[in-house]
Amino acid sequence: MEFNANLFVQFLINGVTNGMLIALVALGYTLVYGIVELINFAHGEVFMMGALFAFTIIGMFTIGPDTPWFAIVAISLLALAAAMLFSGALNWAIDRVVYRRLRNAPRLAPLIAAIGLSFILQGIGIYWIGSNNLRPPNLIANNIRSINLLNEWFGLDTRIRLRPLDLIVVGITIPLLVWLSWFVGRTKTGKAMRATAQDREAAALMGIDVNRTIAIAFLLGGLLAGAAAMVTMYYTNTASFRMGFRYGLFAFTAAVLGGIGNLTGAVVGGLLIGIVWQMSDGFVQAYIPWWGAQWTPVAIFGVLVLVMVFKPGGLLGEFTPDKV
Amino acid sequence: MDPRIVKLVESLNEGRIGRRAFLTRAAALGLSAGFAGQLMRSAPAAAQDASPAAGGEDVVGNPAIPHITTTDKGSITLYSSWPFTGSMKQLGSDAIEASKMALEDLGNAAGGFALVYEPLDSGIAANNGGWDPGKESENANKAINDADCMAYLGTYNSGASKISIPITNGAGLSQISFGNTYPGLTKAIEGATEPGEPDIYYPSGVRNFMRTVPSDEIQGGAVANWAINQQGRKKTYTLHDNSLYGKGVALLYNESFKELGGESLGFEGYDPKATDYQSLMTKIADMGPDVLYVGATVENNPAKVLLDMRSLMPVDEVMFLGPDGLINQDFINGAGPDAEGAYVTFAGLPPSALKGIGADYAARMTERLGHTPDSYAAYAYEVMTVVVQAIDKAQEKDRAKILDAMFHTTDFHSLLGGVWHFTETGDTSSTTVSINRIEPDDSGKLIFNYLETIGSAS
Repeated sequence: MEFNANLFVQFLINGVTNGMLIALVALGYTLVYGIVELINFAHGEVFMMGALFAFTIIGMFTIGPDTPWFAIVAISLLALAAAMLFSGALNWAIDRVVYRRLRNAPRLAPLIAAIGLSFILQGIGIYWIGSNNLRPPNLIANNIRSINLLNEWFGLDTRIRLRPLDLIVVGITIPLLVWLSWFVGRTKTGKAMRATAQDREAAALMGIDVNRTIAIAFLLGGLLAGAAAMVTMYYTNTASFRMGFRYGLFAFTAAVLGGIGNLTGAVVGGLLIGIVWQMSDGFVQAYIPWWGAQWTPVAIFGVLVLVMVFKPGGLLGEFTPDKV
Repeated sequence: MDPRIVKLVESLNEGRIGRRAFLTRAAALGLSAGFAGQLMRSAPAAAQDASPAAGGEDVVGNPAIPHITTTDKGSITLYSSWPFTGSMKQLGSDAIEASKMALEDLGNAAGGFALVYEPLDSGIAANNGGWDPGKESENANKAINDADCMAYLGTYNSGASKISIPITNGAGLSQISFGNTYPGLTKAIEGATEPGEPDIYYPSGVRNFMRTVPSDEIQGGAVANWAINQQGRKKTYTLHDNSLYGKGVALLYNESFKELGGESLGFEGYDPKATDYQSLMTKIADMGPDVLYVGATVENNPAKVLLDMRSLMPVDEVMFLGPDGLINQDFINGAGPDAEGAYVTFAGLPPSALKGIGADYAARMTERLGHTPDSYAAYAYEVMTVVVQAIDKAQEKDRAKILDAMFHTTDFHSLLGGVWHFTETGDTSSTTVSINRIEPDDSGKLIFNYLETIGSAS
């Protein structure tokens, strides 16, 4: 069977774009796990709440075909900032009100609390926008949304589509990843985070305010989830109380796949899952006729199981036995 | 005068109902035969002439069954089970209101019994209102354990009936659906139903399930025939939501499309919980179909499938076709402007296409609800009428006798026009299928606009 290079590249583009969005959410899981060794199962719903907040903010403005482009850019940036701040504040508040009180409780307690919070936030989501999928207000006109940049801007005669939204995803995600890397690697607070991750008690003895440092990790994770939420809402053209479940699950998987606690690992895991997801949805069937989109979760979790079997610490992580 | 009587007289005067329907409803409202006759005689001659009383077309149900409105024998409870929250809110609530209106039209009584109706929800909010196996089982068990319950109305989702039919069957309780279209519940069709169906649902060996809606082989065949022979389409790609109903109707359409000389480029399930179908649509668009058929119900994300389809396959190039699981305003709301131009079939007629007593039903429901009723609600009205007439026939609080009377429903004058009966499998003999296009109404709001009746492919 002939290899269809056009389709392969197309699904690669879709995979990388989706993977970046997953990576942004995965960083929230990995940041928190790296410091307090807690899987924050409410993180997917924090992401969802960011999207609903952005949806509400944008809905306050009347946007039509005559709205000038600079107003649309201003509204978009405002909604992006609002979503980031809202999700950041929500994640911080969850830590402050729930997890902090359970810091010294058995591990199961915060884990169950996280699952409970996830359901509570879903319920709030239903109350907020209802249980149906909603289309966000049209910030990007349909004719611009469907432009193929490779044809229109670069004059290439190709069926591979690169849309403005793909560039927007990359344009927002990469600076955020670079900023996070700088923040954790180069700032005093970042050093405090790494110290707390290595040994909480020693960090406290060295004068680091551990609770504040943990709160900052939650805040950062929430900020990234908020950014991902706003971009995802426009990338998928949908807002729903359920959107946190699938992205949250894939992001958690990405974090584990890359090596939970490892920031680069979360990005690698996110990209890998994004590519597997899109290839399974579209490309594999050309070679395996019975394959279809319904097998995508099987493919993703199959990859996860394989990696876990041969490299239990994840692709870039190190397997460390429990402390004794 | 009671406003309900005023409206009833108006309906007669405007020719929307005939004399027989007038007298039935007047009796249900407690009017004496003499007073009702007086009111009828005062109606304009034109209205009286327009009343096809002799043929009985102005009455829903079998006009030969006398309706008994006394309640001296006690009460009978009727439970219904279908979802009515989330994306199922309008469809489910409208069906409940139609059931209630049918009961009110018949005086909330039959066969000497007062009728008590209790709608049960089989959906859960976390599933966007979609049905839940646990809830369906709980509802069916509640019905069989209530000694006053003589009929179980439901379900809407065929998958849910796979759970409840064996439960009601074991208790000898009749079950009747306004929305189940999966063929395997009542008959075996090679390639479209599972091995052992339908007998696996009837452990007692006695059939107890009926439906007032035509099943999917009729709908799937009719729409494939319409797409190929009337619209000139040649290549289809078929998707389904992996549900019993969605997969079944999609398979029947796909097979019919091939049998009629069309080419099927692919048949696959999509993940209803996915957040994005861009890659799936990229693959499909690359194959160049001229029809995309999506067998699904509204809670399983078909609006998002349509949205992502339209970003790659414009409306003037690729036709979107869907079954009656999508004939729900929430489908339009979810897809927004991209919904325009999509075609959806319905195994029946939408309210806008109803005539005579059907138009009267649609007008009264619209007034009652404040919006045009969901298309399925007419079948819910007929379901309730079948049950009431069976109790009128049996005149006893006996599950077996009422089941027997329901199964032998004949000469049923439909809201959709025409007359049907239950076949030996419990299916309706009606084969009405309509095609509807999503278009803006006068106010610009997108609605399902009835195009034509396409009937059965056979």
